[in-house]
Amino acid sequence: MAIEAKELSPQAVEMRGITKRFTQRRRWLIGGPRGKEKRALDGVSLQVESGRITGILGANGSGKSTLIRVLATLLTPDSGTASVFGYDVVSQPADVRRHINRVSVEASFFKEMSPWENMLYAARLYGSGGQGTRGRVEAMLERLGLPLDTLDKPMKQLSRGQQQKVAIARSFLTSPSLLLMDEPTTGLDPRSKREVQELVRSIRRDRAATVLLCTHDLQEAEVLCDRVVVIDQGCVLADGTPAQLIREHGIEHGTLEDAFMRLTGKRLEEDEEKDE
Amino acid sequence: MIGNSLRWEMNAFVGFIERQKNLYRRYWAWEAVWLLYNLVSVLSIGYLASGLSSLGLENSRVNFQQTQLYLLIGALLWTYLSMVFFEVAFAITWERWEGTIEYTFMAPIRRLTHLLGMCAASLIYGMLRAAIIGLALVALFRLDLSGANWPAALAIFAAATLPLLGLGIFTSVLPLLSPEKGEQMAFAVQGVLLLISGVYYPISVLPLPLQVFGIISPLTYTLDGVRQALLHGLSLAQALPDIGILLLMGIILVPASVWCFGRAERRAKRLGLLKRSG
Repeated sequence: MAIEAKELSPQAVEMRGITKRFTQRRRWLIGGPRGKEKRALDGVSLQVESGRITGILGANGSGKSTLIRVLATLLTPDSGTASVFGYDVVSQPADVRRHINRVSVEASFFKEMSPWENMLYAARLYGSGGQGTRGRVEAMLERLGLPLDTLDKPMKQLSRGQQQKVAIARSFLTSPSLLLMDEPTTGLDPRSKREVQELVRSIRRDRAATVLLCTHDLQEAEVLCDRVVVIDQGCVLADGTPAQLIREHGIEHGTLEDAFMRLTGKRLEEDEEKDE
Repeated sequence: MIGNSLRWEMNAFVGFIERQKNLYRRYWAWEAVWLLYNLVSVLSIGYLASGLSSLGLENSRVNFQQTQLYLLIGALLWTYLSMVFFEVAFAITWERWEGTIEYTFMAPIRRLTHLLGMCAASLIYGMLRAAIIGLALVALFRLDLSGANWPAALAIFAAATLPLLGLGIFTSVLPLLSPEKGEQMAFAVQGVLLLISGVYYPISVLPLPLQVFGIISPLTYTLDGVRQALLHGLSLAQALPDIGILLLMGIILVPASVWCFGRAERRAKRLGLLKRSG
């Protein structure tokens, strides 16, 4: 299943002027209120190089998940173009899907089924699942520190941290060239969070995969990401290495959090001025 | 290249059947309750027919045994047809409920493989459940099927599979169009099919407008054909018109429903409906 890196474009992700609006549906009755429009992405342009961990930082509702869903071919943008390893997400979704996998904040599992049954299903969808899959799954879960007796228990009996580890193991099983991680550590206890973060590091170290990590945990972004893109209200506010962002937008001896607060705070003031 | 692609899709097809098997096994208590419900419903119809003889109809020209068979065949077939229809129609609702809809829809497989995999799992499971209920009927009622033509009945039954799947896929579009109300709409479609398809009565007793709908329902031909074969020994040659109509309906309905599903999926992606909460 794994696609050789040499076959792929060096640009893992390329987005140009992506806009996505959501309109609250109108009531059918005549005279009902007009649909309210929300701009989730507002002309986002972004390039992500292969083999790196890029963080997408933003507050809740900033457009992070919309961006991930566009790249995952689950959402069609209103305008602009987006491609993954040179394949267009709208016109070549099948090619895009062969190269990606996603770990989301919500555990996307059949909760009554066991980790093994969920992973076997995933393996089948991604072209494997025959002999040897059980061995691969066991080895993977062992590496992630999951006791093997959890393999056949229903997912619902596993802790959130364990479920998230299974989600990451499932994505490893399909050997994605681009891993889309949408707040993978949200809601985890400190120990599970640290373990998941270590896994993310190992993806780049061992697999040479590209990771797009959406988070609102600034500390996490600072320690994990090679590059950080800050978005707010669907717009890219800043783009650079954590050190660059701290230098350019933060305070002296400050953190990424300081830079983020200044960036998004400035934006808030600009919006207030516009409203006035 | 084509061989690899076909192998890939076949693997995913098996994956859907395997997944459904695991889900049925894990939700065994629910499945047992539904099986019991179906069994009790069919038995009630059987005993209703048995009770007709004590309702003052003894001297009429009603053949009670034939009537009982007529109703039981209808009830058993409806159990099977409605179960397959329900499973296919709820393919999307189920994924949304479990929270796996995005994972399945971003998998690198054809949507046709996804839908056919779900259909195959539903057919296998539906037949298994109908067989269990059928065995219970044979054990509890003295059914006279000596004049039945089984090959003709099975041929009609097999031909009905295609249009049934087409209807199911059409209905599975509803939860894609409306995450909130699609599920209820699927129940409404099932109810209409029960009314117009002659499950417990010939469609000739319906008012004319409903008869027209009955004529275009594939279930009408399935029920009528299977009954004729089991009750009156309809030969395979005589069953050919019904088989032909069912196959023609299937040839139209399956591609049309898959096309419709594709359109609905594109709409859902445009409106952002392809997620757990809709």
